[in-house]
Amino acid sequence: MSKSIGQILAIMRKDLISESRTRDVAVSVLVFALLVIVVFSFAFEPGAEVTKMFTNPQLEQIKLLVAPGVLWVSIVFAGVLSFNRSFAQEKEKGCLDALKLCPIDKEVIYMGKMLGSLVFLLIVEIIIFPLFSVLFNVSLLDPAIVLIAVLATIGFVCVGILFSALSVYTKAREILLPILFFPIVTPLIIAAVRGTGSILQGGSFGSISNWLGIMVAFDVIFIIVSLFIFEYAIEE
Amino acid sequence: MENKEDKSTSNSDFTIEAEGVTKSFGHHLVLRGIDLKLKRGEFLTIFGRNGAGKTTFLKILATLLRPSFGSVYMAGLDLSKNSMDIRRKIGVVSHQTFLYDELTAYENIKFYGKMYDVPKLDERARELIAKVGLASCIHEKVNTFSRGMQQRLTIARAMVHNPSILLLDEPETGLDQYASAMLQDLLTTFEAEKRTVVMTSHSLERGLQMGNRVVILSEGKIACDVASKDMSVSGLQELYQRYTGEEQ
Repeated sequence: MSKSIGQILAIMRKDLISESRTRDVAVSVLVFALLVIVVFSFAFEPGAEVTKMFTNPQLEQIKLLVAPGVLWVSIVFAGVLSFNRSFAQEKEKGCLDALKLCPIDKEVIYMGKMLGSLVFLLIVEIIIFPLFSVLFNVSLLDPAIVLIAVLATIGFVCVGILFSALSVYTKAREILLPILFFPIVTPLIIAAVRGTGSILQGGSFGSISNWLGIMVAFDVIFIIVSLFIFEYAIEE
Repeated sequence: MENKEDKSTSNSDFTIEAEGVTKSFGHHLVLRGIDLKLKRGEFLTIFGRNGAGKTTFLKILATLLRPSFGSVYMAGLDLSKNSMDIRRKIGVVSHQTFLYDELTAYENIKFYGKMYDVPKLDERARELIAKVGLASCIHEKVNTFSRGMQQRLTIARAMVHNPSILLLDEPETGLDQYASAMLQDLLTTFEAEKRTVVMTSHSLERGLQMGNRVVILSEGKIACDVASKDMSVSGLQELYQRYTGEEQ
């Protein structure tokens, strides 16, 4: 058990070190997420059409309704970019075969890759959240939102890494991954958006318990399912 | 749960036993009943034109592919049931490096050592890197290495867990003369260490020189299986041309 944990951490560490040295994925993911947020924030700029149609309090209310959707769309789409590269990088120099040749359970590979992606995406969120707060004039510094972010990110990464492995041997993986990924994570996106929206509008922790429950259930189910399927997913 | 004690072959003289190995991809039959037995310390070189099934056969021995039919025993273990234990005993070198470009030579070896749960890993990584002549660039990233240096590091990677069986898929691809000579020296030490080696190659001369047994694969079947000592380069060239229809 401790051997497997060490191997999982080694795979995670290897991914993070590689990424910290190239920053290939980090730069594109961050730029993409920021672009989405900035573009949407222009809709509420002084002088924009929508600002002329509503009073300031109404505008603030609309912002609160729209902001969670913008936030999670930017994170999910940016996440897909990173998932696309996750196993593609392994395949480039045959490293995926080398991992498959190691006397380790396939679940170890999955957990290592998943944790690497999870840490990476959480770092991206730590950078995005303050900028989003400034541009949309909302505060995301709430323990409930942090919990939503962690649970939603775990779910995205569980599914994203599985489909990244599934699509790595296909020619059109950049297209295949989002086609497989988005329908599956839709319940998670809805729960994250609705939960975040509820907190931004002053809701209590209790008011999002249903959404949190959905996210926890999603994460548990998909971690278990992914661990079962992964072995077949990385077969050539 | 994998079954470690397997078949009567646990006391077998043979390190590798392949019986009737057949592999097809869809309707395309790549291997057509390969029978091959190798004793401990034997060095087998497999020749054949592109598409003859050399890499597919090696991938089956390496547990990366499952045969469609037939059985394979490695070190007395059934490949279909004991792949995890077999992986501990084999080292694979391919024409792909299996190395992470952004990691240093030391980090690469250490990473794979961790995957094989190698004891005294730090010491082992330094020893192997020195053995392949890369001690001076141990902390340099792999993407700064030449092809020859990368291939030497690939061999160090394959040796990290001290495997008793080595599977080499065209290891000399893209190497310059110096790197080829270094590779040849390394392979000679494997033979001296009584490791069982299976290597695919396109170079008849080098393959004949290194191996103590040669096999020519043609259209997924073993067309010829001879001992190297009974064979001259010109004799092998003649056989190769006869069975593959290709001049070397």
